[in-house]
Amino acid sequence: MAEKTTQYYVPESSPWPLMGSIGLLLLAVGGANFIQQHTDKVQNDGKLGGVILAIGVLWMIGVMFMWWRDTVKESLGGLHSHQMDRSYRQGMIWFIFSEVMFFGAFFGALFYTRWLIVPWLGGAGSNAMTHELLWPNFQAMWPLLVAPDGRTTAAMGAWGLPAINTAILLTSSITLTIAHHALLANQRGKVIAFQAATIVLAVIFLGLQALEYVHAYHMGLTIDAGIYGSLFFLMTGFHGAHVFLGTIFMIVTFLRVLKGHYTPENHFAWEAAAWYWHFVDVVWLFLFVAVYWL
Amino acid sequence: MADHHEHHAPTGLKRWLFSTNHKDIGSLYLWFSFIMFLIGGLLAMVIRTELLYPGMQVVDPDFFNQMTTTHGLIMVFGAVMPAFVGLANWMIPLMIGAPDMALPRMNNWSFWILPAAFAILVSSVLMSAFGPGHPQAPNFGWTFYAPLSTTYGPASTDFFILSVHMMGISSIMGAINVIVTVLNMRAPGMTMMKMPLFVWTWLITAFLLIAVMPVLAGAVTMMLTDRHFGTSFFNAAGGGDPVLFQHIFWFFGHPEVYIMILPAFGVVSAIIPTFARKPLFGYASMVYATGSIALLSFVVWAHHMFAVGMPLAGMLFFMYMTMLISVPTGVKVFNWVATMWRGSLTFELPMKWAIAFVILFTIGGLSGLMLAITPADIQYHDSYFVVAHFHYVLVSGAIFSMFAAVYYWLPKWTGVMYDKFWGEVHFWSSLLSVNLLFFPMHFVGLAGMPRRYADYALQFADYNFWISIGGFWFGISQLFLLWVLIKACFLKKGEKATAEVWENPEGLEWTVPSPAPFHTFDTPPVVK
Ligand code: HEM
Ligand SMILES: [Cu+2]
Repeated sequence: MAEKTTQYYVPESSPWPLMGSIGLLLLAVGGANFIQQHTDKVQNDGKLGGVILAIGVLWMIGVMFMWWRDTVKESLGGLHSHQMDRSYRQGMIWFIFSEVMFFGAFFGALFYTRWLIVPWLGGAGSNAMTHELLWPNFQAMWPLLVAPDGRTTAAMGAWGLPAINTAILLTSSITLTIAHHALLANQRGKVIAFQAATIVLAVIFLGLQALEYVHAYHMGLTIDAGIYGSLFFLMTGFHGAHVFLGTIFMIVTFLRVLKGHYTPENHFAWEAAAWYWHFVDVVWLFLFVAVYWL
Repeated sequence: MADHHEHHAPTGLKRWLFSTNHKDIGSLYLWFSFIMFLIGGLLAMVIRTELLYPGMQVVDPDFFNQMTTTHGLIMVFGAVMPAFVGLANWMIPLMIGAPDMALPRMNNWSFWILPAAFAILVSSVLMSAFGPGHPQAPNFGWTFYAPLSTTYGPASTDFFILSVHMMGISSIMGAINVIVTVLNMRAPGMTMMKMPLFVWTWLITAFLLIAVMPVLAGAVTMMLTDRHFGTSFFNAAGGGDPVLFQHIFWFFGHPEVYIMILPAFGVVSAIIPTFARKPLFGYASMVYATGSIALLSFVVWAHHMFAVGMPLAGMLFFMYMTMLISVPTGVKVFNWVATMWRGSLTFELPMKWAIAFVILFTIGGLSGLMLAITPADIQYHDSYFVVAHFHYVLVSGAIFSMFAAVYYWLPKWTGVMYDKFWGEVHFWSSLLSVNLLFFPMHFVGLAGMPRRYADYALQFADYNFWISIGGFWFGISQLFLLWVLIKACFLKKGEKATAEVWENPEGLEWTVPSPAPFHTFDTPPVVK
């Protein structure tokens, strides 16, 4: 049976993928109904959107738990080979690449808006008549504080909370790297200390982001008053959501460190969480420069 | 190379629902896509029935728009893309000597997301046709431009948006699986430059998928927030721009059309050498051509937007870049023809489909070149000429290559030869009808008939009549394929196939018995 471990492990059949699809279906149907029932764009007299959505969320959490439990068991049972470890690593890298492209769409929208749409609405290029006929009083500026139709909003400066948050995230990447080196050197106490520090920083970051949103709404920076707020809230919001997921991921691997699941040779999940964390960190740096600062 | 320690295949419903086997999942994908192809085809029949005669015939204009929209969406996301993923599932492990896909459970998840996503989309069509009050299905075209899909989109739009998210998740996971399999699971000795072209084209397709599906997800997300949360991405009154939607959509959309054609190139590059009994001409140039097509596909998107108004420099840039793509595409066509040159050709069904592909795809490529010329396109845009172009590349291109693939590998999958008689009927019937269906669209398009209208001016009546006849004929022709498939897959009737099936075909897939056993290459073969 020694040969077995050199072969690629193809798992026996598993119910979790199918359950995961059912979960996504619940999320989609529940989500669309929920949104429609709580906004006034279209008429939807149903009431159950929120319930279905909540069931979907719980369902997905359950599926993920069960699925990963199987994987962890297999990993601890020695079924995973080096080749498989490589598959997981490459898979994770490509997943992060897909996330990069998702944020890319929003960065693209940001630059297109700043460099082209807003100047054009203000009459730049060959658009003097557009300006004259549509909104002659409109003034091109960035951040766009007054929308063409007159809605006003406020701008979020870079050097208050956002700068503090930048420092926090950067520090968290450093603590995480220290933990990583400790993991490779098999110093479990140090891993625990520095990963715990990372998680604390992550939670502080999320708290401050929430505070910043409250602050924004007090200042008058809202999601529905023109393109600046749209971009601000979607970009920081999706980033925040990713930080949230990354934090959960980090907590899970932290618990597994406590249980002693990782060895210097076999710790793919830990590293995947770390990569993900560095990824949200880098996205934040771009956000800080492009959304807050410039 | 037979495997003697074969595991028992799981049986019953569980085998399919819980599968981690690349062949079973491949079959699920292929059957799913075929069912979607038939459903999408039915919607096209509604379109052609309405257009059989001028004047309003059977449906109202709004329902007509729902038909063009859902026909396009189902064919692109439900028929063509999953068909190629199914092919990838079945063939890539066999071609590179791997025991399975690298991430088998994720593989099954990618598949089972699709029926869920399409349950949403198809149910909105069914509700619109038969439900109480006939709530509208998506009616804004498969390109779902804002503001048609934001300000004016029906309630089903939100369900559509979330189903697009699901399709995106499915495609991205499928693509990650392909890349990891190809990079990590090749048998010893199977170097990158020894891989069959189908594997190469899929590797590059997978890269395109991971790069652009998230962008589509971003676009539909902005649509959702514009619709419900007051954002202004696609609303000029808030400082956004509906044209921004088009840019994001086509940044996804153009690579998407290559996602639908690159695997087809791989299929044809596998089939032509077998029946020309010559190695593929210019293997390395094929690889580089595929790579450059993929890279260029990121910088041509605005050729779909020439009529929208863009700075001159932008128009010129996108025109030249688009024309540049025809160079690597031309290299491919040249290589296929050169492979056939002085080969000892025979014309079994896969070869017939492949040759039809080369010729008809080239027609589509040439009309594409005409559309790439900005001043000309401003005339042709949104006319039936565009419809003719993309149906030549997609139907007689992508889908014909799928047919070629099915006839080529069906004996390997099922262990029996396809029914030659009904196969021939399917081929000739499809070949003639597809041209009757799409060729006259060039003429009506150039003469000014706009696309996506439920009615047309009287001078287009004769052509449209024949186009509709071609459409019905093409639709019925696919029932012959259905019969061929049922006979081979379920009735298992037909000549027993050998492991090689064809005469000295190239590739590891022909070294395993037909039908391919449940597990293959548990111990990797050594490739010299
Ligand atoms: C030689 C290569 C090609 C060139 C130069 C080309 C060029 C173009 C251009 C300029 C348009 C825009 C026409 C308009 O809307 O005014 C167009 C539309 C389209 N092309 Fe191509 N094309 C090529 C190959 C392909 C291939 C291989 C596919 C798919 C397999 C494809 C699928 C499409 C589709 C689906 C549309 C229509 C999109 C829509 O508006 O609904 N094209 N093509
Ligand atoms: Cu294009």
